[in-house]
Amino acid sequence: MDGKTKKKEWKNMSTNVNTSLPLEFQTEQNRMNILGFWMFLGAEIVLFATLFATYSVLSTRYAGGPTPHELYDIKGVMIETILLLTSSFTCGIAIYEMHRHNKKGLLTWLIITLLLGLGFVGMEISEFIHYVHEGATMQTSAFLSSFFVLLGTHGLHVSMGIGWATMVIIQILKRGLTPVTARKTFIIGLYWHFLDVVWIFIFTFVYLKGLV
Amino acid sequence: MFKKNHLAPLLALLPVLLLSGCDSNMVVFEPKGPVAREILGLINWSLVFMLLIVVVVFGLFGYIVWKYRARPDNKDYEPPEEHGSTKLEIIWTAIPILIVIALTIPTVNTIYKLEKVPEGYENKKPITINVTSADWKWIFSYPEQGIETVNYVNIPVGTPVKFKLTSAGTMQSFWVPALGGQKYTMNKMETQLYLVADHPGEYLGKNTNFNGKGYADMEFTVESKSQQAFDKWVKDVKKTAPKLTEKKYIDLLKPTHLGRLTFSNNHLAWVNHGDMNSKTYTFPELYRNHDYPGQIFKQPDNQKNKAGKTDDKSMDMNMKMDGHSNGGEHNGH
Amino acid sequence: MGIKWDRFFITGDPLILGSQIAILLTMIGIVVLVSYLKKWKWLWTEWLTTVDHKRIGIMYILVGVLMFFRGGIDGLLMKAQTATPDGQLLDAQHYNEVFTTHGVVMILFMAMPFLIGIMNVIVPLQIGARDVAFPQLNALSFWLTFSGAMLFNISFVIGGSPDAGWTAYFPLAGKEFSPGIGNNFYAVAIQIAGIGTLMTGINFIVTILKMRAKGMTLMKMPMFSWTSFVTSIIIAASFPILTVALALMTFDRIFGTHFFTLSGGGMDMMWVNLFWLWGHPEVYIVVLPAFGMFSEVISTFSRKTLFGYKSMVGSIVGIAILSMLVWVHHFFTMGAGPGVNSIFSITTMMIAIPTGVKMFNWLFTMRKGRIQFTTAMLWALAFVPCFLIGGITGVMLAMGAADYQYHNTLFLVAHFHYVLIPGVVFAVFAGLYYWWPKMFGHMLNEKLGKLHFWLFVIGFNMTFMPMFFLGLNGAVRRAYTYSAESGFGPLMLVSAIGAGILAIGFAFFCYNIYWSARYADRNISSDPWDARTLEWATASPVQFYNFAKIPEVTSLDAFWYMKKKNKGLKFSNDELEEIHMPSNSGLPFIMSIVFGISGFLLVFEWKIAALVAALGILICLAIRSFDYNDGYHVPVDEIKEIEYGWQNKEKGVEKHVN
Repeated sequence: MDGKTKKKEWKNMSTNVNTSLPLEFQTEQNRMNILGFWMFLGAEIVLFATLFATYSVLSTRYAGGPTPHELYDIKGVMIETILLLTSSFTCGIAIYEMHRHNKKGLLTWLIITLLLGLGFVGMEISEFIHYVHEGATMQTSAFLSSFFVLLGTHGLHVSMGIGWATMVIIQILKRGLTPVTARKTFIIGLYWHFLDVVWIFIFTFVYLKGLV
Repeated sequence: MFKKNHLAPLLALLPVLLLSGCDSNMVVFEPKGPVAREILGLINWSLVFMLLIVVVVFGLFGYIVWKYRARPDNKDYEPPEEHGSTKLEIIWTAIPILIVIALTIPTVNTIYKLEKVPEGYENKKPITINVTSADWKWIFSYPEQGIETVNYVNIPVGTPVKFKLTSAGTMQSFWVPALGGQKYTMNKMETQLYLVADHPGEYLGKNTNFNGKGYADMEFTVESKSQQAFDKWVKDVKKTAPKLTEKKYIDLLKPTHLGRLTFSNNHLAWVNHGDMNSKTYTFPELYRNHDYPGQIFKQPDNQKNKAGKTDDKSMDMNMKMDGHSNGGEHNGH
Repeated sequence: MGIKWDRFFITGDPLILGSQIAILLTMIGIVVLVSYLKKWKWLWTEWLTTVDHKRIGIMYILVGVLMFFRGGIDGLLMKAQTATPDGQLLDAQHYNEVFTTHGVVMILFMAMPFLIGIMNVIVPLQIGARDVAFPQLNALSFWLTFSGAMLFNISFVIGGSPDAGWTAYFPLAGKEFSPGIGNNFYAVAIQIAGIGTLMTGINFIVTILKMRAKGMTLMKMPMFSWTSFVTSIIIAASFPILTVALALMTFDRIFGTHFFTLSGGGMDMMWVNLFWLWGHPEVYIVVLPAFGMFSEVISTFSRKTLFGYKSMVGSIVGIAILSMLVWVHHFFTMGAGPGVNSIFSITTMMIAIPTGVKMFNWLFTMRKGRIQFTTAMLWALAFVPCFLIGGITGVMLAMGAADYQYHNTLFLVAHFHYVLIPGVVFAVFAGLYYWWPKMFGHMLNEKLGKLHFWLFVIGFNMTFMPMFFLGLNGAVRRAYTYSAESGFGPLMLVSAIGAGILAIGFAFFCYNIYWSARYADRNISSDPWDARTLEWATASPVQFYNFAKIPEVTSLDAFWYMKKKNKGLKFSNDELEEIHMPSNSGLPFIMSIVFGISGFLLVFEWKIAALVAALGILICLAIRSFDYNDGYHVPVDEIKEIEYGWQNKEKGVEKHVN
């Protein structure tokens, strides 16, 4: 800590690397990071559960404003769903390629995942703009407040995921496939699948239920 | 390191606690109606158990701390290795369970009882009084008698009163401790409370749920009168009290402190704040403080947005439901 | 976007003007002092950028002490105002602000930092770890808490205090009834601190699951680590609810949405539910670590192992589960219906069962022991009767029907102070007197400590005991005044005098810190209390790498048995290996500053500026992602030198208890 300590920069991750495990689980710090991320996802589940509860309480309080029937456009939503579900699948392939130590395959599939994700975010933004033009804003009614905040939170998560994954791709390009970059990619994968699951819930409980 | 006097003040807490159930000057312990009496019965029942627990634990605590204190003469005493005792642990798990059961049964029983007309009064026809809380006053409407009072309420003695509680704005709590427990008043919600006064007299009622600057003064009086006196009072009010107009009523809802008021009609004719789709009355500008002024938002006026699209079926329904909710013009006086 | 500069500072009140001047002078004073002593570099390298869990813990504790002071002043102002009928010291608005900040500061910025601070210092030591799982995240957690606390605390001089109560019930807390920005401070500052706390929870779950010393199974873990573990789980499960609730509040107040408003179909009852869905577990988040500290203190000073360890673990897990299932008892009077109220009455009363088990286990830990009345132990002893009163009145409040008469009265206020002060504040004091030598290498003065103890405990009982009776006589909480006819006057005065005594007690604590720092004996044992757990197996103050060699654990009370069997205490020099330690980083500090700035702009509803500032957070995150500094290794020679230093000093030092 203090000046007397001779500090030696440590380049490798850790001394005890267990090479019999998949790349991302090889060091103790990696295992801790992955467990920590699972805990974070647990907290995220609570966060989204709270937002879903809020939506379900307010979902019929239109206050004279538009109702789901008038608003939702199922075609666009279906395309969004397909984009995100496909991206979850390509993300799975990317992790599979990583386990095969195929850096090129990993990068290709990861970039495809991100492009699909970008497509999803773009579609969602244009959906929101369309709603606002219809006079359905966050300020219109309690139903719309909860709708926009629930979907906006998910959309923001996806956008953050895209930015984050881009940084990891740069790191893979710079440093190659190391336990550290593998761990980061693996965690991105967990995050991406989680967002996909959340979307399935949104699709079912917001869009389908709203249209039935 | 040990001195005897370290413990004495701890033990001195005991008598203070023992006194707790005995003071009879406290309003909760002097019920003036069957509802408050019912609750007091439950409180007294729980106090017996609590006192028992306090005596046992304080006694055990005092005994153990005294007996096993470090003294110069037990310097070489090496406490035994003792990891627990299944038997003892089962005992002190079981006893609290029994106590909780003993408390649960009368609690649940009383909770259900309080939702109904009190026992012994089932045959008397209850009168209904609509209570509307506003900042910072209580408005009482008598739908059957067609009159309205502010900050005081007269009730006939020995008759169950069904209070229908709602609020014109903030969340508040309606409490007449001498007559019974409290319940919240909320805008666009209606809660109910049965109370009976079995003696004539004046009782203090208050708001217990904090609602801003005027909160401390939000008190009212309940006066229970004989049936004849009550009827006479209603007649007098009908004859002499002024009429309440909608405009005057909106002024009433603004954040003010008022004394007692009486009217020979009531506001239920144009708004019942307990109704899910009732009009919203807010006056944000009147709540400005010394803090930095934030943005105030207009109430949404969705009917205007929809004016062009009358062929929509679900919209017609909304129009009907929200017929009164176009309250934008009252925003920001 | 017109900025109203004339409304930026709060003006027109001599008390607030005095505070503004005092704050300005203090800030200038600190800058001058640090510059004069040439300590800027030291401050930056040793504290602001540190990732050492012990130093972070100490900074948390410092924040706790400061916030205790702030919240205490608020409390004293309230007591002074209500000491006599129709008091004139504060007006209604000022009183409302004072009790709001008192509640928020005491729970979120006093109790939480104190407990998380002690957790930070002690848990890694108790489980035989070199640091927490994510040291840099830990620093970020602290700095976010700090940033949130500072943002909240400036509210009363800049912009205006929140004034809707610490529960901030809607619609009162919404723009329809609180159009100023005061309550924005509530929404934003607590959000920032809450994010920090959530990350602490995740950090400690992983630390305790993954970093225990060899041989320390979960059921051989010291009780304080157990309670910290369960607390961390509750944090991870309940803080996201607070995050959402506050975010929705922010949307309602700053972006005009309709979650909890009167107009537009909002639902005020939903805020109440969300708030208490977090709020009730929060009570156990602060109380459980306190239970752990009492367990350690009682066991050490009775010189016996904890009675019924397994049932203790069972009961904290039970309490944690029940804590999530009782939130409705905070609003039985909302008219949810008899069925709901009955169910929540029962679940609430069930909490008494595991708590009772703990109580008896503590008593039986002392039985057949040899009880030493150190200051730390006195706090633990006073806890038993005082907390019992809090507990039984809690059961009384849990009885739904009876609660209709207690709700929102001073009876309730007395109850939760009887739970939180013995359950948290006594524990923090016990923990500080107990672990102070571990943190600083000197003890706190026992004589001053006892003065502190007696004044505080007597003052506490005098302040809050009368409130039970006042409540039963119909005195409501949060009322800034009452009439002489109400008859509340005499007991209110007793209560106010008690608060003064309590404050003097706290002053003695502060003086004790000062006195001990200057004059206390530095030549003390690393194990002054003849204690039982691993944190005492290393130097005082603890060397930065904690343990030269991680001890191997074979049983509960690991250190006690190491001493008894004289095994595992000493190690030969060739057993030593290089130690890997994390490097310092300024990023958490900078990122929290950016968070604070962004939050401040959002409070003032300067949305675009806030958004621009928030981009800084993203930049910090990106920098962190590209940061591949994996720390450094401490060479064996250096470890040898440090270890020789403190172990040599040990010889000839007497133990402090006998």
